[in-house]
Amino acid sequence: MARTEEPGVALTVNGRPVRIAGDPDRPLLDVLREDLGLKATRFGCGQGTCGACTVVVDGEAGLSCDLPLGELEGARIETAEGLLSDPPHPLLDAFLARQAGQCGYCLPGILMAAKALLETEPAADRRRIAEALDANLCRCGAHHRILDAVEQAAREMAGAT
Amino acid sequence: MPGNPPAPLNDAPLLGDWVAVDAGITFYTGRVELGQGNLTALAQMAADELGVAPEAIALVPARTDRTPNEGYTVGSMSVSQGGQALRWAASALRHLILRAAAQALSPRPELAELDIVEGAVLRDGAATGLTAAGLAGRVDLSAQIADHARLRRPEERRARDLPRIDLKERLTAAPFVHDMERPGMLFGAPVHPPHMDAALMSLDLDALARRSGVVEVVRDGSFVGVLATSPLAAQRAGEWARAQGDWASDTAEVGDPVGAIARSEAPAETVFETGSFNRNDGDWHEVEVSRPYLFHASIGPAAAVALWEGDAVTVWSQAQGVFPLRKAIAMALRKPEDQITVIHRPGAGCYGHNGADDAAFDAVLMARAVPGRPVKVVWSRADEFRAAPMGPAMVTRVRALLGPERRIKAMDIVVNSPPHAHRPSAGGTPNLRAAAYLADPVPPAPSKDIPATRGGGADRNAVPGYDVGNVRVRKRLVYDLPYRTSSLRSLGAFTNVLAIESCIDEIAARIGEDPFAFRLRHLEDPRARAVLERLEEETRAARAADMPEATGWGLGFARYKGSSGYCGVLARVELDDQIRVTDAVAVADIGEVVSPDGARNQIEGGIVQSISWTLKEAVQFDGAAVADNSWLDYPILRFSEVPRLRVDLIDRPEEAPLGAGEISQGPTAAALANAVRQAVGVRVTRLPITRDAVIAALSA
Repeated sequence: MARTEEPGVALTVNGRPVRIAGDPDRPLLDVLREDLGLKATRFGCGQGTCGACTVVVDGEAGLSCDLPLGELEGARIETAEGLLSDPPHPLLDAFLARQAGQCGYCLPGILMAAKALLETEPAADRRRIAEALDANLCRCGAHHRILDAVEQAAREMAGAT
Repeated sequence: MPGNPPAPLNDAPLLGDWVAVDAGITFYTGRVELGQGNLTALAQMAADELGVAPEAIALVPARTDRTPNEGYTVGSMSVSQGGQALRWAASALRHLILRAAAQALSPRPELAELDIVEGAVLRDGAATGLTAAGLAGRVDLSAQIADHARLRRPEERRARDLPRIDLKERLTAAPFVHDMERPGMLFGAPVHPPHMDAALMSLDLDALARRSGVVEVVRDGSFVGVLATSPLAAQRAGEWARAQGDWASDTAEVGDPVGAIARSEAPAETVFETGSFNRNDGDWHEVEVSRPYLFHASIGPAAAVALWEGDAVTVWSQAQGVFPLRKAIAMALRKPEDQITVIHRPGAGCYGHNGADDAAFDAVLMARAVPGRPVKVVWSRADEFRAAPMGPAMVTRVRALLGPERRIKAMDIVVNSPPHAHRPSAGGTPNLRAAAYLADPVPPAPSKDIPATRGGGADRNAVPGYDVGNVRVRKRLVYDLPYRTSSLRSLGAFTNVLAIESCIDEIAARIGEDPFAFRLRHLEDPRARAVLERLEEETRAARAADMPEATGWGLGFARYKGSSGYCGVLARVELDDQIRVTDAVAVADIGEVVSPDGARNQIEGGIVQSISWTLKEAVQFDGAAVADNSWLDYPILRFSEVPRLRVDLIDRPEEAPLGAGEISQGPTAAALANAVRQAVGVRVTRLPITRDAVIAALSA
């Protein structure tokens, strides 16, 4: 069978190629959590307004509850599970070291928004980081620790290159 | 004996209630992790008392089939009560291990010569070859803890920050009840009526059952639940049903709930009185403040999993109290408690009595229709806003009499509020949402709020902490509003501290006295004074700097519940096209500090959440129902709006540990209101303090 006739949508998730069949209107969030078992991406509102489901799509932050599978052919998706590399991503180390969070429900989305930012703007300052995270809500009030952690990771990433 | 045993030992006095020994040493706590890091602190307290590394023990959080019943994880008492209980258990275990060691050693040592350090049994500091883990199996776990506990001295303890034991999985894995997977699992969505007394008039259940992925529709009275093969199918079917359904209610509309609370003529109860109130003459100052209804607004909606097997049901829930939830489910289903098991699983941030228990009961009702199959319920965002209990609106009026030598001679406080605490199974009814509209309904009995002896509910922190001689506090519980309310972090303390501190600030401004100096003149408690003095000193240079137009500093201070942690907050605001908080500095005394960074994290979070409550938040209603459906309707503080923030702790290792999670909300609200007053010269007394509210106050 020719490759183009295979059913479903082909994408790369955390570097791994996958092919997902089924309803093309399904949001990416559902595909990640239910088909692929990648549950660090959270359901917060399903309305694209809280940022808990943020993932990186082709290098940019995207709300996975609001991205239909059918529009993602060939897309490169990154989720918080991808930060568990060896060594772990500097963002993960910085968040853990600074206890940057409380309940943690919003944090995978925030990590992904921060990762997308630092990869396009490695020199982003605190104000710019805060702006970039404005689409992500945190209710426990860990914001300034989170900003500290992203700044620390930015410094480490800059030093490593 | 080291003082009286902590309260949790009353009903769980045996070592085996708190400890098991098998491959290793396992401790059991009746507390749960709500995102505040308390399990890490509790593990640290138990391990330190025993003398082993925290990694060397396991700690199991609340579950009705094993752990002690410690009721609810609330009121910032996890460390002060639950942690102390674990310390006692660990201390008893330590002494019984040392007794076993003494029997094994030759020549036989005195117990005082022995200790456990890093898991090893030492004799006068030298290794014996024996270990705590090796000897623990010889300990009789039926021993009474109080007979054997001899707590380590405070100077033997090490306050320090351990990495949160659960944080990494929260960042990268699947620890939440929302994430549970079980073979054969179905997914449920509830279709709740818009308010508690609404009756379902019409909903095409056959059409609902034919929606894509739906396997079962459950109806019991006015409760409807839909079961589907995937979370998405359940979510979509639930949305469809909510849009199609029609409910009727006799509940009257309320135009202005805060105004109705302010004007309430419900009976007022005097909850505190000292001195006299006969004189009406003199220089009285009055401030009346209000807050609107508030949502818990957790980022993750409530969720639960339930599984029926025969007559028995097991529930995995994020609830604050697994034992009270079990009791509430038993009441609602008229079923013996021993057929119900409730096991805690983490949820998103919990700031009080939210929808967790209701969602658990939804799961129980839906799973009953499919015995043998686990059912996971995750509420929609609209459910989370519209079905969960809210924090009540409140109005607090403070009158203060300024006497000779510019001292306050009397304060008279009146708190008008719908009840705060209204927890499941308290008061003899389940108070689970769906239970109110089952075919065999069990509606909730009215809440009696919380008596002052247990920290108060609406009247929490209504008794001023200042030495003013004559004080009267009255509480008017307002029952005739149709909205469902219960405990939200700090309960009445948020509004009452705002009211008292606003009045104090008004008087200080009127007589032209520094707000620190004025407060210190009315405080004798050395710990209270130390907090304010430290805050004054730390911020002196910043406050002395030139102030641009429309900027202001404001101070707020309180000792939470009058008996818990002390907290002073100083905030700086700038007003331009919006109200911006640029800086917040806090100093706190929470007694012995177990985990300094964890405590600071709690206090910081309380400050940020309180800034959001104070400046941004208000539930909107459509008649008797909540109108808000999404975050667009109910904005909360965002990253760009968070100030520079610093929290300093005064460590008092010799004092009892006090809670940290609820001490900063009231002082923060007061600091902001007082800063806005300084910045623009008028006081906004009705929260939220928005730009429009400031403009209205200026033009009034």
